[in-house]
Amino acid sequence: MANKYLHIHRLRRVYVWELPVRFYHWLNAGVILVLIITGFFISNPLALMSNAEATNQYTMGWVRYIHFIAAYLFFFNFLFRIYWGFVGNKYANWRQFIPVSKRFFKEMWTVFKIDILMLKKNGQQQDHLSVGHNAMAGFIYFLTFIVFLIQCLTGFGLYASMSDWWLPKMFAWFPAMLGGDIVTRQIHHWAMWFFILFAVVHVYLVFYHDYVEGRGEISSMGGGWKFIEEDVFEKNKHMTPNPEKNK
Amino acid sequence: MTNEVLPKQPTYYEEVQRKGYSRRDFVRFVSMMTAFIGLEQSAIGQVTTALETKPRLPVIWLHFQECTCCSESFIRSSHPIVADILLDKISLDYTETLMAASGFQAEEALHNTMTKYKGQYILCVEGSVPLAADGVYCMIGGKTSLQILEEAAEGAAAVIAWGSCASNGCVQSAKPNPTKATPIHKIIKNKPIIKVPGCPPIGEVMAGVIVHYLTFGRIPELDKLGRPKAFYSKRVHDTCYRRPFYDAGLFVESFDDANAKKGYCLYKVGCKGPSTYNACGVMKWNNGTSFPIQSGHPCIGCSEENFWDNGRFYERGSSFAGFGIEADADTFGKVALGITGAALVGHAVATNIGKSKFIKEHQQEGRESEHELKS
Repeated sequence: MANKYLHIHRLRRVYVWELPVRFYHWLNAGVILVLIITGFFISNPLALMSNAEATNQYTMGWVRYIHFIAAYLFFFNFLFRIYWGFVGNKYANWRQFIPVSKRFFKEMWTVFKIDILMLKKNGQQQDHLSVGHNAMAGFIYFLTFIVFLIQCLTGFGLYASMSDWWLPKMFAWFPAMLGGDIVTRQIHHWAMWFFILFAVVHVYLVFYHDYVEGRGEISSMGGGWKFIEEDVFEKNKHMTPNPEKNK
Repeated sequence: MTNEVLPKQPTYYEEVQRKGYSRRDFVRFVSMMTAFIGLEQSAIGQVTTALETKPRLPVIWLHFQECTCCSESFIRSSHPIVADILLDKISLDYTETLMAASGFQAEEALHNTMTKYKGQYILCVEGSVPLAADGVYCMIGGKTSLQILEEAAEGAAAVIAWGSCASNGCVQSAKPNPTKATPIHKIIKNKPIIKVPGCPPIGEVMAGVIVHYLTFGRIPELDKLGRPKAFYSKRVHDTCYRRPFYDAGLFVESFDDANAKKGYCLYKVGCKGPSTYNACGVMKWNNGTSFPIQSGHPCIGCSEENFWDNGRFYERGSSFAGFGIEADADTFGKVALGITGAALVGHAVATNIGKSKFIKEHQQEGRESEHELKS
């Protein structure tokens, strides 16, 4: 029999991440990885010191080609995610990302106290349990979306002069506004570091939540399921910004 | 252009003949200019007619904060007629560097041109205008350059901003810009302004802009930054003869290596060709002899805005303001990554202490379930 001091949780399966969200997430992860690697190569190509004739090689050309293909995938994937923020379930809704309500800020502060400062309440350790993103995570993703936008504007802005297609040409105003390609290229490079730092913290926090909460945080981006304690489930319905309730 | 109202002036062709050039020389010049300004072969007739029938264009050429490299470049454009006719004739009205007159006479010539050809002359400006301390950093004939510019721009049909100084401010506007050197387009708002950036711009490009205006009576098509599309729509990189080495991934690693001797791409020693819009790779310099990349030096991006503050000439990455001369984005990024990593380790340790109760409970719960299933 169970230890009488031990509380055995009843977990409830919640479908948090829909298939399109998971698809977006992994495509985005893969494409960003490719963009970072090829981007580093483009900014500082390896010294090949080859004796081969230029006619027989296209190294830089291929790396750039891959970078541009990945950029297009990234761009359309990003657009799709914005679209899904309006038609997807409540965990994917745009309200999860943009702090518009007072409750959003309040929850961010709570997360900050519990997960970063690890403050205790009445001498007790606190367990903050949100089902989808917590408000802090949602806000950080909102910032990543802004960096996505910056990368699209600078990247396609630089690409515009090499392209005949109207789509990249639509970005030509951006380098012009910043005052030329040199500075645009620098911003593109600086912003890339945000992705690296983000990825490190993101992966760490996924492990952190899985470890501390034990609700299948890591696997949720595989099957879409999270496992929420029955008692928390009821309470939590009111804690996260819930777009369905606002209807 | 309403040339009829101008006082009787010789046409360009008449001037050419007077100078002793043959018809063949003239036609050769016309063909060259037509090609340079990006027109089809069929337009040669139109350009020829324009130069044969139109009287020479009154031009006022002002010099402010600059080094005169634009004028030097202009008088070295590949065809002698460019210098002889366009510059010699058009600019004699007033140009500090090349006019014969000086002092009162020169000021009078300037005044005459401004009143006689009001609304018709082209104002060429070489150099930026200092606005700090009421403009005392650049004064000519007792007037500040701002006063002179505003006065001369008043009756101009169009303004051509020659060179990076007039287009972007160039090195004298580098941080902290003590004289508040200001490019022309930030001062003159009500006139069409053609920016011809470069330090200096290519002579043929300068001549091409004037010939275009002369032939069609309107300024050439400009890009988003106000530069003539015919010359500034392509990057130096796109027309560079070393481009195949770039695409192949063959680079000069240092100026004294074998790759430099083989003429590989200068990208890794800081070439700004991929970020610079100019016609150097096509027109080249000094009668088409060479251009910086051809002589083994990376492009420094002299026709780009802020090239003087945008980082090092011999590296692709620029310095990171506020973090020392040697700190670039990647150094900064690596430091940030290290700090982040350390913070995460700290957080992981703190988690195991601060959340010990939960972690323990979960572990017990898990073990209990395992145990129950076994029994």
